[in-house]
Amino acid sequence: MSLNIVVLAKQVPDTRNVGKDAMKEDGTINRAALPAIFNPEDLNALEQALQLKDANPGSTVTLLTMGLPRASEIIREAIYRGADTGIVLTDRTLGGADTLATSYSLAQAVRKMNDFDIILGGRQAIDGDTAQVGPQIAEKLGIPQVTYAEEILELKDGYVIVKRRLEHGVETVKAPLPCVVTVNGSAAECRPRNAQRVMKYKYAVSPSEKEKLSDELKALVEKRPYLNLNEWSAAYVEADPEQIGFAGSPTKVKAIENVVFTAKESRCLENNDDQIEDLIKELIANHTIG
Amino acid sequence: MTDNNNLIVYCELEDGKVADVSLELLTKGRELANRLGVKLEALVVGHNLDGVENQLFPYGADVVYKVDDALLYPYTTNPHSSVLINLFKEIKPQICLMGATCIGRDLGPRVSSALHSGLTADCTSLEIGDHTDPKTGKSYTDLLYQIRPAFGGNIVATIVNPECRPQMATVREGVMKKEIFDASHKGEVIDLDASKYVNPEDFVVEIIDRHIEKSKINIKGAPIIVAGGYGVGSKENFDLLFDLANVLGAEVGASRAAVDAGFTEHARQIGQTGVTVRPKLYIACGISGQIQHIAGMQESSIIISINNDPNAPINTIADYVITGNLEDIIPKLIKYYKKNSK
Repeated sequence: MSLNIVVLAKQVPDTRNVGKDAMKEDGTINRAALPAIFNPEDLNALEQALQLKDANPGSTVTLLTMGLPRASEIIREAIYRGADTGIVLTDRTLGGADTLATSYSLAQAVRKMNDFDIILGGRQAIDGDTAQVGPQIAEKLGIPQVTYAEEILELKDGYVIVKRRLEHGVETVKAPLPCVVTVNGSAAECRPRNAQRVMKYKYAVSPSEKEKLSDELKALVEKRPYLNLNEWSAAYVEADPEQIGFAGSPTKVKAIENVVFTAKESRCLENNDDQIEDLIKELIANHTIG
Repeated sequence: MTDNNNLIVYCELEDGKVADVSLELLTKGRELANRLGVKLEALVVGHNLDGVENQLFPYGADVVYKVDDALLYPYTTNPHSSVLINLFKEIKPQICLMGATCIGRDLGPRVSSALHSGLTADCTSLEIGDHTDPKTGKSYTDLLYQIRPAFGGNIVATIVNPECRPQMATVREGVMKKEIFDASHKGEVIDLDASKYVNPEDFVVEIIDRHIEKSKINIKGAPIIVAGGYGVGSKENFDLLFDLANVLGAEVGASRAAVDAGFTEHARQIGQTGVTVRPKLYIACGISGQIQHIAGMQESSIIISINNDPNAPINTIADYVITGNLEDIIPKLIKYYKKNSK
């Protein structure tokens, strides 16, 4: 059985390396100023998708992402690892979206795609850590959701069986297709790039990237359809302008503050027996330990 | 425009017991409801709910809605979502709070999407205040300030939800304090007929198997925590932390980096995306001190930092700093504890 698998992914600022100019005045993130990476849990989702493709020959894995035009970088990354193709939903009017406006926009893009059997995505993205977009897309599309997935155990006869990792245990659920499955970081790691695929898809570009290529490369891309990635606009996916971007977002950022902690006066100890024994004696004397 | 509608807390049950996070939210909800001059309502959806209100009233609930049906326990997404969506259309709460648990984070977005109401995940603080929209100049009074870290904890954002209702927020366990409001406080119980709120076609996802264990790890309540970061270096080195914890009667915690690196399990994670702790002693081993971690442990009474790097950011909030290898230092701590304790 061949499947149409959609993987939702996000190019995220690497929140481990945040600089000073990361925020814009309106409180939204200045993504252009930051190193951008493939959201880690979306890679876990990609791996589950690729395993489904392995088990069901003839299946296609399509990466769907919303962001700046440069988000096509993560589509190439996904293709190097085994995905078939990808779509960047990109438009100025989509900027400043909260999770609800994002979900609506992505759901519109999914509606524009051919039939799909399953939508996979990471549990959450490291820039917001909200875990809201997956369930909200499921609601917008009117299909079930399975969150916190650790492993897809079986997919057949219109059902998927998923192991979920919860706070205090494990749950195995059976959900009808199509559905949205969000994948936990505890799931299998994504396979690495395949060298042959890197060679083959090195020049896979979106239309806006193609513009910037040399004439020679442009001709190459035109000759090879598989090197053409999709770039969709808000109008193309027939998104209601009232429901997208900043205007379509019920939540607004009122204020942003940098985090400052009050420093204490620390006592510095040497790593020697006397000082460590003194510390222990002190903690025992004041009943902190013992 | 004043909003006289009430504030509702979605309460989770574990083995017939209301989850701590729900009681923490009732405590916070009581304070916010008083500030707004509205009622505090609680919603419990599940099975065998007889008497559950007696667990909720002492925390200040004025109204307890119960939706009791065998099919509503254990939790599945669509039936619980339908209860909230249909009930909220009816009673129009101005604020809805839920725990940022596997359930709350599954349910909240589904409900907010259906009602087109904003939702803010993992709030660390909730306040009531006014707002003027910088673009339209329109003023709003008594909105819920949903305050949360963003961007990996590097900033704190105040989010408001000016136009849409309910204003929804999730909060992690341990972030708010749980306090009895009035042990003799009583309110009204409203039993709702499940069949009026849930459709048969909501039961699409079937639970085949469930292994839920009471977590043996109790970081939140531990008086002493030995926590390890990425600097611990390996799963094997984490055993050293367990050795020290065993001797001191402590629990072992970890930073997000250590959990992401696979040194230990997620249930031990301390910080904004884990548990917030306030022990009397916190021993931070090989933890550099990212903001997102510090926010989850800065209220510890005494903090000891053991780190190779004398300039680790965590050292600025530590009471004691020991610079050196934890492989050296931990055995010494164990040795001198054994020698000096009775």
